[in-house]
Amino acid sequence: MSTLAMHASDGLLDAPTSLLFGAVAVSGLAVATVRARRELDDRTAPLAGLVAAFVFAVQMLNFPVLPGVSGHLLGGALAAILVGPWTGALCVSVVLVVQALLFADGGLTALGANITNMALLGTAAGYLVAVALRRFATRSRAGLLAVAFTAALVNTVVAAGGFVVEYAIGGQGAVSLGGFAAALLGVHVLIGIGEGVITALTVGAVASARPDLVHLLRGAPVARELAR
Amino acid sequence: MSATVLHRPGDSPVHRLPPEVKVVGAFAAVLCVVATPREAFWAFGLHLVVLLAVWAVVRVPLGWYARRALIEVPFVLLAFVLPFTGGAPRTDVLGVSVSVDGALAGWNILAKGTLGVLVSLTLAATTHPRDLVVGLQRLRAPRLLTTIASLMLRYAEVIAAEARRMRTARVCRGHDPRFLWQAAATARGIGVLFLRSYERGERVHLAMLARGWTGAMPVPPSPGAGPWRWLAGVTPALVTALVCGTALWTT
Repeated sequence: MSTLAMHASDGLLDAPTSLLFGAVAVSGLAVATVRARRELDDRTAPLAGLVAAFVFAVQMLNFPVLPGVSGHLLGGALAAILVGPWTGALCVSVVLVVQALLFADGGLTALGANITNMALLGTAAGYLVAVALRRFATRSRAGLLAVAFTAALVNTVVAAGGFVVEYAIGGQGAVSLGGFAAALLGVHVLIGIGEGVITALTVGAVASARPDLVHLLRGAPVARELAR
Repeated sequence: MSATVLHRPGDSPVHRLPPEVKVVGAFAAVLCVVATPREAFWAFGLHLVVLLAVWAVVRVPLGWYARRALIEVPFVLLAFVLPFTGGAPRTDVLGVSVSVDGALAGWNILAKGTLGVLVSLTLAATTHPRDLVVGLQRLRAPRLLTTIASLMLRYAEVIAAEARRMRTARVCRGHDPRFLWQAAATARGIGVLFLRSYERGERVHLAMLARGWTGAMPVPPSPGAGPWRWLAGVTPALVTALVCGTALWTT
């Protein structure tokens, strides 16, 4: 794991906003917990635990962006496409909680905002995009890769957008909202492209070996041509 | 990387506090730090004194916290940029024009972010990951969530080691990517890692069923923290709350 914090720290948002988004995160998680049970039937917990461990391990894998600059996957869209949105959101949340409590990555008071952005908003947006474009995904391998790329890009940018909204409500920096939004969203479009490429290639690799495990393709007349 | 990387085993009174007390205490303390008005510079000094007092009990060398706190560097950089990008009114410091509001905002992020990281590090240093999950369970976190967390902590090391082995294998075959468009092998590796994790999950589940898995992790019998240990555990947080309240009142 890189030694740099990726998640919002304490002091970026004021106390009432932190509490507000803590409440948002708790209620979102409550819904996700109930729905994830249906998604994974009786195998819920052990499988979700292993998927969370996978998301956790993947966040340690750095991929090159440019010489000297590397990024790592956030995994929200990837988890949603592979295991479904509710389980995906739950797994990413657990990873965020563990990172905040055991790795000091992300502030404790920012945990609510981080969960809201990355686990709830980002995953939901990425999954909705993927579902909206599902007919392309089931048609051909190129379509599947394109859909996964778009979902991951949208996931990253929407998560950053969530933080812009939180900053607008209770930000503690002295930067104008416009400048802050432009900088944060600009950086996250770049991160999102990296996330998109890796997500697309990963989903492609899973689909060619075990198309039955890709949640997004479930129930589709699984195209044998996906496996290549 | 294992989840115990920040844990420093020990038997100080802080180590022995029930985990749920420590979690509540840490969250409350950081919330009080964040709620402290940024102009009350003295209050942040007192917050640090409270932390130093806890560290004196924990007996972990100060350098350890300092090194681990480097995780916060990106936000420190942000804090140092703000004084120069902030708007009017501006003032001159050593001949450089500095925004007053920006400097305060930078200070705010620097002070609160650093104290927050230090509190998190203290919690991580004194609490074993396994105990942390038990603490969350006793705080009535949903069963499904704590089960996922405990299985994740148990297998994170296995999956991470698998990822490391796959990376070593790639590097041995001459893989040395520099650009994003060369990341295909890494991504294919991630795909394989998912399959192996998922299939391991299925195996683990079957093994658990064979041993009588009922759908929930057994909770170790808890004597409960008791009012005195709760009081001892949240005393630092109470002091920060007092400091925060005074600062709010006087500024």
